[in-house]
Amino acid sequence: MTSLNPSAQQRPSGAAASDLAIELVGINKHFGPVHANRDIHLQIKRGTVHGIVGENGAGKSTLMSILYGFYTAESGEIRVNGTPQAITDSRHALKLGIGMVHQHFMLVDNFTVLENVVLGAEDSSLLAPTLTKARAQLKRLATDYGLTVDPDAVIENLSVGQQQRVEILKALYRGAETLILDEPTGVLTPNEADQLFEVIRTLRDEGKTVILITHKLREIMAITDEVSVMRQGAMVKTLETKSTSPGELAELMVGRRVLLRVEKGPANPGKIMLDVENLVVTDDFKVERVKNVSFSVRAGEIVGIAGVAGNGQSELLESISGMRDQQSGVVRLNGVPLSLEGDDGASRARAAGLAHVPEDRLRMGLITNFSEWENSILGYEGKYGKGLGLDIAAAREAADAYIKKFDIRPPNKDLKTANFSGGNQQKIVLAREMERNPDVLIVGQPTRGVDIGAIEFIHNQIIKMRDAGKAILLVSVELDEIRSLSDRILVLFDGQIVGEADPATADETELGLLMTGSHPSGDKLPPHETPVQQTLVEMSPKNNTGRDTN
Amino acid sequence: MNLVDITLILDSTVRLAIPLILACLAGLFSERAGIVDIGLEGKLLASAFAAAAMSAVTGSAWAGLCAGIGAAFLFSAIHGLASINLKGNQTISGVALNFLAAGLTTFLGQSWFKRGGYTPQLSGDQRFSPITLPFANELKEVPVIGQIYWELISGHNIITYFAFLAVPITAWVLFRTRFGLRLRAVGENPKAIDTAGISVTALRYQALIITAVLVGIGGTYLSIAQSAGFNNNMSAGRGYIALAALIFAKWRPGPALLVCLMFGFLDAVQLRIQGVQFPIVGEVPVQFIQMLPYILTVILLAGFIGRAIAPKASGIPYTKER
Repeated sequence: MTSLNPSAQQRPSGAAASDLAIELVGINKHFGPVHANRDIHLQIKRGTVHGIVGENGAGKSTLMSILYGFYTAESGEIRVNGTPQAITDSRHALKLGIGMVHQHFMLVDNFTVLENVVLGAEDSSLLAPTLTKARAQLKRLATDYGLTVDPDAVIENLSVGQQQRVEILKALYRGAETLILDEPTGVLTPNEADQLFEVIRTLRDEGKTVILITHKLREIMAITDEVSVMRQGAMVKTLETKSTSPGELAELMVGRRVLLRVEKGPANPGKIMLDVENLVVTDDFKVERVKNVSFSVRAGEIVGIAGVAGNGQSELLESISGMRDQQSGVVRLNGVPLSLEGDDGASRARAAGLAHVPEDRLRMGLITNFSEWENSILGYEGKYGKGLGLDIAAAREAADAYIKKFDIRPPNKDLKTANFSGGNQQKIVLAREMERNPDVLIVGQPTRGVDIGAIEFIHNQIIKMRDAGKAILLVSVELDEIRSLSDRILVLFDGQIVGEADPATADETELGLLMTGSHPSGDKLPPHETPVQQTLVEMSPKNNTGRDTN
Repeated sequence: MNLVDITLILDSTVRLAIPLILACLAGLFSERAGIVDIGLEGKLLASAFAAAAMSAVTGSAWAGLCAGIGAAFLFSAIHGLASINLKGNQTISGVALNFLAAGLTTFLGQSWFKRGGYTPQLSGDQRFSPITLPFANELKEVPVIGQIYWELISGHNIITYFAFLAVPITAWVLFRTRFGLRLRAVGENPKAIDTAGISVTALRYQALIITAVLVGIGGTYLSIAQSAGFNNNMSAGRGYIALAALIFAKWRPGPALLVCLMFGFLDAVQLRIQGVQFPIVGEVPVQFIQMLPYILTVILLAGFIGRAIAPKASGIPYTKER
């Protein structure tokens, strides 16, 4: 492979045209006033894994949608295998051997795997011959790339990881030589992500070209050969992965120096504020998901619950916050048992001083059609009563204060929350829950789908809250996040707490074994590996104005 | 009740179910493609009027059929323009079409034929008349089998046979062809269709064309096959019942046939028991009896169908997102 000159800014030279699977020259695209892609130049070598990183809104997805024919560029040229092509629609892109796996899957939920794979690529007006052919083809792809999925399974019954396989199979069935993966691990469990990386490696070894769009630096370092960094619609730099570091990439992405560690002082645990005893919770299908769990959280302490997604975290969170009825057990707040049963359990919990930042902000935390200020009082609207009506002036005033304090951008309280970025939406929820001075804060997946810059801010806020003497229960599937924030780690596996660890001394392997339920024998599953240490959590010493917590 | 009574009731069940079956299949095509068609009622009415008017003028039932389909076509085109191209609310567009049909048929009927909205009585070639199937006459006297063949199977008009044939054809198109696969996909997740490089708009219009043909035939049946002319509001809610049947059948052609036959049967029984003396209660007022099919509809829809999951994208205009 020809190596790149790392100092070359926009047009990395040195690769012969024939080595390039894709070449983008001077791509421009506007969405209204937003210049989503500005004069992008990019070369992608055949048979490599090429990462594209950047914060949300940096223009990665737009660029790839242009390559896939979903949008048309205003100017610029796309060369596929050295030949200029005007890609007018997705069908054209597919014909040129470009396939895309979207962040949100483009699958028909109640179709079988087979039907989804052939959709749009049927050979004849009758289905039967195509289905027979596709069945054989899928079998072959399964053996070639290790992509095994039952062709007759219905999509809605498959796990997210398996659905993603179907998307990859769809592209391969259409003869894709270049595969674009848009944020492929955002929805995956660590285990599924590892399996995906295995598949990506196999694809590359078989001569396919893979373009990986992500904002997780760890993935870039683990799997790519080259990496291009985008910022605010522009291509900043293309580097060889071997010769770069997460620190350098983070700096290029954000545009300023970032520190890759959470800074926090030692905890000062006080009295027990949240006490959970023998909690049993079932899911919607009456399956026991939390099995007799007991733990407590003290004032001035962050307790992190680690675990692979789907091991009862959601049910635990929903139950303690009063959203889901518990089968048995007691939840005490400052020694007083909370009555969490019924539809108004959540509001009673809140009134008692237990705030909840739900793990899925779009489904549970916000009403995205409402404006920012309306969302910032949801759940606390009772405090803004004025006669029969609502004290709108007071609510709007409070919203302004939160916007300032939490640096919510754009600072417009009348904007629909749907139009804020993920990180800012999360800040809206955090501000609402943290600023009502609760005793206990329960946080689920605080930084899921949140930009690097916002992650550091959110982590800072959580630590400040701890230092103010609050009890914080943190649930996250990001092990790094748990390790860097928590003062104590509890590992949840199959609805039970299977171990406790001190984050300062916890051994990655040990935690991984606990999380996968293979401890103490330790002979079953390998731990979830973290190839690059101390990444993911980005901190900045700057930009701290106006962020003090009371 | 003897065999004759039963075959008579079943016979009228079939007659009454035909417009429902056609409208229901029409709705099936459009809803499977993601377009809610509450305007079925209006389309039935409009095509019933167009068919009767054309047939009265030209003297040909076939010309009437063409006019019936043409009217449904026109209405579907408006619905398509509003809900596919202009991305309007499909329910509102459908309701508007229903109003339009109710007003327009009465108005045009009055101004063209001056009979208070009625079209002239049709006869002979102006109508689709019953077809006697081979050997029906010969077998008429054979007990049971012959009687059933004569009464129930033979002696219907061509639209009836077409409607029954349309059910397996619909199922075949939907589940065995490329078009059917794409049609079902566009009603569930139009994005999947778009990213596969297929036009969502074209596909939805194709579905609306089939809808128009089927509901046009259904409307034609009402005025020039079942009856001998058009009268005011003669669709009488059948379009809505067809939609209810569609939900009840969970958007599947086979069950749709059965449900429509059941509604037809209720209607037939209702006609049969009018004026009959019942023990204890005596004669039940006709209005009560006429209510029965509708009450049953409500009960069945509310209580017995369980979870009916509509095609996911149904009713939602497709917009390419950023």
